[in-house]
Amino acid sequence: MSGGIEDITDDQFDQEVLKSAVPVLVDFWAVWCVPCKAIVPALEQIASAHQGKLKVVKLNVEENIGVPTRYGVRGVPTLLLFKNGDVKETFVGSISKDKLLGGITKHL
Amino acid sequence: MTMNETYDVLILGAGPAGLAAGIYTGRARLETLILEKAIPGGQILMTDLVENYPGFPDGVVPMELMEGFRKHAEKFGARIETDGVRSLRREKDLWIVTGENREYAARAVIVATGSVYKRLGLANEARLIGRGVSYCATCDGAFFREVPIAVVGGGDNALTEALFLTKFASKVYVIHRRDKFRATRILHERIMANPKVEVLWDTVILAIHGESKLEALTLENVRTGAANKIAIEGLFVSIGMVPSTDFLGDLVHLNEWGQVKVNQNMEAGRPGLYAAGDCCDACPQQMATAVGTGVTAALAADAYLQRLGSGA
Repeated sequence: MSGGIEDITDDQFDQEVLKSAVPVLVDFWAVWCVPCKAIVPALEQIASAHQGKLKVVKLNVEENIGVPTRYGVRGVPTLLLFKNGDVKETFVGSISKDKLLGGITKHL
Repeated sequence: MTMNETYDVLILGAGPAGLAAGIYTGRARLETLILEKAIPGGQILMTDLVENYPGFPDGVVPMELMEGFRKHAEKFGARIETDGVRSLRREKDLWIVTGENREYAARAVIVATGSVYKRLGLANEARLIGRGVSYCATCDGAFFREVPIAVVGGGDNALTEALFLTKFASKVYVIHRRDKFRATRILHERIMANPKVEVLWDTVILAIHGESKLEALTLENVRTGAANKIAIEGLFVSIGMVPSTDFLGDLVHLNEWGQVKVNQNMEAGRPGLYAAGDCCDACPQQMATAVGTGVTAALAADAYLQRLGSGA
């Protein structure tokens, strides 16, 4: 399931995401959420195609409520693209790989 | 983009229609590739329990059911590849599909791309998706524990979602523009019997309010013209589906709802081109009818390829 997508927790968020040297795509997901599973293949393809230039991580919203609350996440899947500690792009729900790439690549 | 080989049948979409078609084309020993943009299973996976698929009197979890469909199709030789479809064109005797990853060539194509949720088209709706506005109760319901929410719609899907959401929310408004539901009688009965549900008949949503998150709706009673505002934190939109047929361009005829017009063999008016499931006009948006139309399309495609092969 991984394919370069690391699971992170609330505690790791500042270090892994906000202080990252490269842009980070954070996938907020839950086990009960089918569209969350549906976007994983696209995320894995994007992660391996942009290795070194983009980090892709996922955060389970059931086990970690701090970060989702801080960023007002109330639906899954939500994908936030962070660069230098700021949210640059927000994607909610099922999304095609094309649209996702379109939003991401201009920040790389 | 590279093209590796020519398939007998290319199936676009691995929902109930596409996978059922793949079982039949696989058993017909046709070289079959199924393209799926996400994961095999389709829209039915968004439902928590399927209660009307024949053979499952106690209901069946769609993830388990569709896992069986996938294995069944793969057992008889169909391959599934993860790729979204951008366009379809005819080149000499072949169909060429341009995907997000590469191109594919096939002698016959079965379009089983299904449909996506229809939006209300109101201001603030798109901005508040993931901030209170949702199209998937099973995904987002748990974010709304002990708060008031609303479901808009009057069909089977709307009432199923409303009933599911009563597990979490303190109150569920069902907003419906008419004075009766289209939904199946048994769902209607369950809605009326549930103490957490309040049905707002003859009511439409005029406005969605909220800055960083959804806060309230302005409603209008279409009979009396009276407007009022309700405070809610979640709005689940369930007002129907839009077929995923844009990529077909002028290749086929679409009806007024955007569904591909097909004949009784699921033929879409071009040689070797078929449509099945929710994206065609022969399928009343049920799991069982999606399967039926998928099988019909596969049988027709097999007959067509046999005619081609015999030079008839």
